[in-house]
Amino acid sequence: MFRKLPDPACATVAVTVDGQAMRVATHETAASAALLAAMGATRTSPVNGEPRAPFCMMGVCYDCLMVIDGVPSRQACLVPVRDGMRIERQAGARALAFGSAETADV
Amino acid sequence: MAEASFDFVVVGGGVVGSSIGLGLARRGARVAILDQGDTALRSSRVNFGLVWLQSKGDGMPEYGRWTRRSADLWTEFAAYLQDLSGIDPEHEQKGGIAFCLGEAEFEHRRNTIQRMHNQVEPWVYETRMIDRKAVEALYPGVRFGPEMVGASFGPHDGVTNPLRLLQSLHGALKRVGIAYRPDAPAQAIQSDGGGFVIDTPAGPFRAGKVVLAAGHGTTGLAATLGLEAPIVPERGQLIITERVAPILPIPASGVRQTRDGTIMIGTTHEAAPDLTTRATTANAVHIAERIVRLIPDMARVKMVRTWLGLRVLSPDGFPVYMESETHPGAYVAICHSGNTLAAVHANDLAEAFLAHRLPDTLAPFHPRRFHVSQAA
Ligand SMILES: Cc1cc2nc3c(=O)[nH]c(=O)nc-3n(C[C@H](O)[C@H](O)[C@H](O)COP(=O)(O)OP(=O)(O)OC[C@H]3O[C@@H](n4cnc5c(N)ncnc54)[C@H](O)[C@@H]3O)c2cc1C
Ligand code: FES
Repeated sequence: MFRKLPDPACATVAVTVDGQAMRVATHETAASAALLAAMGATRTSPVNGEPRAPFCMMGVCYDCLMVIDGVPSRQACLVPVRDGMRIERQAGARALAFGSAETADV
Repeated sequence: MAEASFDFVVVGGGVVGSSIGLGLARRGARVAILDQGDTALRSSRVNFGLVWLQSKGDGMPEYGRWTRRSADLWTEFAAYLQDLSGIDPEHEQKGGIAFCLGEAEFEHRRNTIQRMHNQVEPWVYETRMIDRKAVEALYPGVRFGPEMVGASFGPHDGVTNPLRLLQSLHGALKRVGIAYRPDAPAQAIQSDGGGFVIDTPAGPFRAGKVVLAAGHGTTGLAATLGLEAPIVPERGQLIITERVAPILPIPASGVRQTRDGTIMIGTTHEAAPDLTTRATTANAVHIAERIVRLIPDMARVKMVRTWLGLRVLSPDGFPVYMESETHPGAYVAICHSGNTLAAVHANDLAEAFLAHRLPDTLAPFHPRRFHVSQAA
């Protein structure tokens, strides 16, 4: 659905989007990486299960909540990509307890 | 403008006025509810949503009985509202918890419960203390902090969704033919022989009887009709989190999860003589610190909002109902816990206002209890 304007000079980093390895420009966010990966819905609504995808791309709508590096409910449009970042679809509401203590630092 | 004429005019369209108005109309009265627009201070839109018995009535057993009566009526009331309005007030009655952090809190809670049981028939509360293991069995998915030593459990406690409740009430008002007028706040009320004339920006309203249930707006109007509505406003702030998979099947007095997954955490108690409603970061921190002691995993759950509301508290915290002696047919109804009491307000209280005299069962709620000289 989304295609980038060609910019051969720009630096890239390696990320995975729902397990799929890809390289994206350093100025992308996790949400734009997910859009470039054409994964469709990036989460489902905890209330009615409907699919959702990034909408405003500026931190307002909260439709872009994803699991990033194992941490759920992050606003993917506000998270710049980093080399090795894991970006995953979020299904419904996150669990209360998740991950290990090391991931607490968000 | 021609005067609109009704059997009852209820002043105030929050949960208290709406419940009473619905109860009156359901019994055949022609009712108008006068309200203010959306800028009004309205506790009914900012509260925690509990339908709560276990802590109610220490020092006034009648309040315990009155609250138990409401808890018992609530399931039928919720079904009636849903039926009429098509909006589910999301009432549940699976019991409720008050967590204790540390032995001192547990002992204090045990003593309070014991004292309350001693003041009233045993059937009223049926609240009991349970230990940490029993609490854990009620919340199988939760890892509690080490300080959680136990809780009190009240089998008659429950919740409603306060926004849905208000929406549902207002939908029901329309269906039973009540004139709801958010454009017509009462400015002044005069009695004229047979009844009352209520002046509003939308013209005068005439009524045989008038009920003042305008929350923080009640006190001034009451004084002009020989009624008393003493209110000691109190600020209460709460925190709302992001949605979390269902984990808290039973509501607790400071934490509950809505059907949609949001966790509500509360609340503060601060005197608010100036009626200001600014939420503070310090309060949010205070609330957050306690919830993290109770459930450490909450430290990683995102807070999405914090807000603050003003409690409509009488000086002793119990409801105030009275009929005016100088202006018979004028009543006042103010209370904290308007959700909890909604069912009994729509039943017993509406019936009392329809009868010629308030029944003796309501006498304990008369504000004469605040007159020190008479209390001796
Ligand atoms: C933080 C907090 C937590 C709470 N938690 C709970 C809980 O868990 N369970 C529970 O049962 N209760 C709870 N409460 C209490 C509950 O919210 C109140 O008891 C209840 O909302 C009071 O309803 P009310 O209709 O009297 O007042 P309001 O909702 O304030 O309504 C009064 C109405 O009167 C109108 N009005 C004012 N002046 C006039 C006028 N001159 N003419 C016409 N209309 C007028 C206002 O516009 C308003 O709509 C809580 C309250 C707070 C603040
Ligand atoms: S896309 Fe709207 S908040 Fe991220």
